[in-house]
Amino acid sequence: MKPKLHYFSVGLIATWLGVFGLLSFLLMVVISFLQQDPDHIALPYFTFQNYIDLLDPMFLKIFIKSFYVAIIVTGGCLILGYPFAYILSRLPEKLQNISLLLLLLPFWTSSVVRSYAMMSLLKTKGLLNTLLLSMGIIHQPLQILFTPTAVGIGLIYNLLPFMILPIYVNLERFDIALIEAARDLGAKWTTVFRKVIIPLSMPGIVGGATLVFLPSMTLFFISDLLGGAKSLLLGNLIENQFLMANNWPRGAATSVLLTLIMGAGLLMYWKRTKNKEAEHEAFL
Amino acid sequence: MKRSFKFIYMLLIYCFLYIPIAALIGYSFNNTEYSMLWQGFTTNWYRDVLHDSNLWVAVWHSFYLAIAASSTALLIGTLAAVSLCRYEFRGKSLLRGLLFVIILTPDIVLGIALLILFSLGSLALGFWSLYFAHVTFCIPFVVVIVLTRAKGIDPNIFAAASDLGANEIQLFWRIIVPMLLPAILSSALLCFALSFDDIVISYFVSGPGFEILPIKIFSMARLGVSPKLNTLCSLLFFMTFIIVCFSHWFTQRRKA
Repeated sequence: MKPKLHYFSVGLIATWLGVFGLLSFLLMVVISFLQQDPDHIALPYFTFQNYIDLLDPMFLKIFIKSFYVAIIVTGGCLILGYPFAYILSRLPEKLQNISLLLLLLPFWTSSVVRSYAMMSLLKTKGLLNTLLLSMGIIHQPLQILFTPTAVGIGLIYNLLPFMILPIYVNLERFDIALIEAARDLGAKWTTVFRKVIIPLSMPGIVGGATLVFLPSMTLFFISDLLGGAKSLLLGNLIENQFLMANNWPRGAATSVLLTLIMGAGLLMYWKRTKNKEAEHEAFL
Repeated sequence: MKRSFKFIYMLLIYCFLYIPIAALIGYSFNNTEYSMLWQGFTTNWYRDVLHDSNLWVAVWHSFYLAIAASSTALLIGTLAAVSLCRYEFRGKSLLRGLLFVIILTPDIVLGIALLILFSLGSLALGFWSLYFAHVTFCIPFVVVIVLTRAKGIDPNIFAAASDLGANEIQLFWRIIVPMLLPAILSSALLCFALSFDDIVISYFVSGPGFEILPIKIFSMARLGVSPKLNTLCSLLFFMTFIIVCFSHWFTQRRKA
């Protein structure tokens, strides 16, 4: 006898995700192939125009800029986060707990609130400039707010834990005996780092990079607050198409493209890890 | 690496994380409207914020939206996790795949997909659109957390309960739910935080008639830095710090 509760629960989630997940994504894809119309959502004529439009130099420039920002932000998070994760994973357990709590504490508040905090720090008359001026390091206030630099800082500030945590989880399981063995066999510290620690923590690095890279292309509100009127990220482009330009089909096409980029990235990652696993099994 | 170097490095990162927050809290007590220099201590801004009824409406909206959305997500997610763990059914892998896709898609894409769905279905943007959206992005997190825990339960326990005459409903409420309680509680906390803090998805599916706190803060912040916003954000930081420290203390105590 098949239990009724089971039908109920599977039916419930299938309906919910079917409507709000699957159907909404499908509608987005459909809209991206329809003709634009300022008064309605779209006109029911099939067209590739929305995708062809994205090849326009103006949009391509935003794409490249957004990619560039995402690479810088991911690199910045990695450089700042890796040593932190390494040190964290080597601390005694009690200290580790407290350090983790301190790391995550700010991230339980809304990211808008954190971005606003960064905004007031970087202002022309904000704390940073006031401090630097009074210490005599600079003689004129730095114009950081409303520049791409500010957006980069804001993104790193918001995304750093997403880089640290996967690397930390990976390094925590790392067998310290491997380092000792390498050292005993005469490897220098730099060699140990390059040939043992980094390769073994690669899954953590890749995981962290995926978690940082995608949001740093799409978190439009950070660029809105810290970058001023310049739309810097792919997320701003999508936001504008929907809320300002009222060109939903083009906005939908941009989103579809973004999803495809994400899908390709993930597929690559899976293939690589699968190959690695296969190699590993063959080796055993 | 040297100990002192490690210590200094960690300290620098913590400074990076906490200085903006500390500065904001400092400014919220500063007795001046425009200058960033210290003009004396005041709690006037706090009085202003506490008396701003518009703001409290947004807080109240966010609060009950988060409660409604996370309890619905908990119900659907827990039932789904239990089914995924215990039964085989057609479309199981499709369901799994869909949950995975929703977690991984950028928030902005989900927001837009839902906006298109609501517009085509002529659902006015307001409480209900936000509610559907928040439940949708919370469900996968509940399923993942609860499923991980459910997989650790010995299936013989269910068999034993059935043998002793428990029906499915009894089995669910008296065996499964109590055993999954820690996972359910922690996903409740996560859902509440996700819903209360979400900006990207809410930005697309909220309407002028139903203002929630993150959107309100975002539109205020777009106009520039103001003492009132400093104060509001400081209050939110205080609240979060108290809740997180309390729940940390609570879980630590339970472990001990």
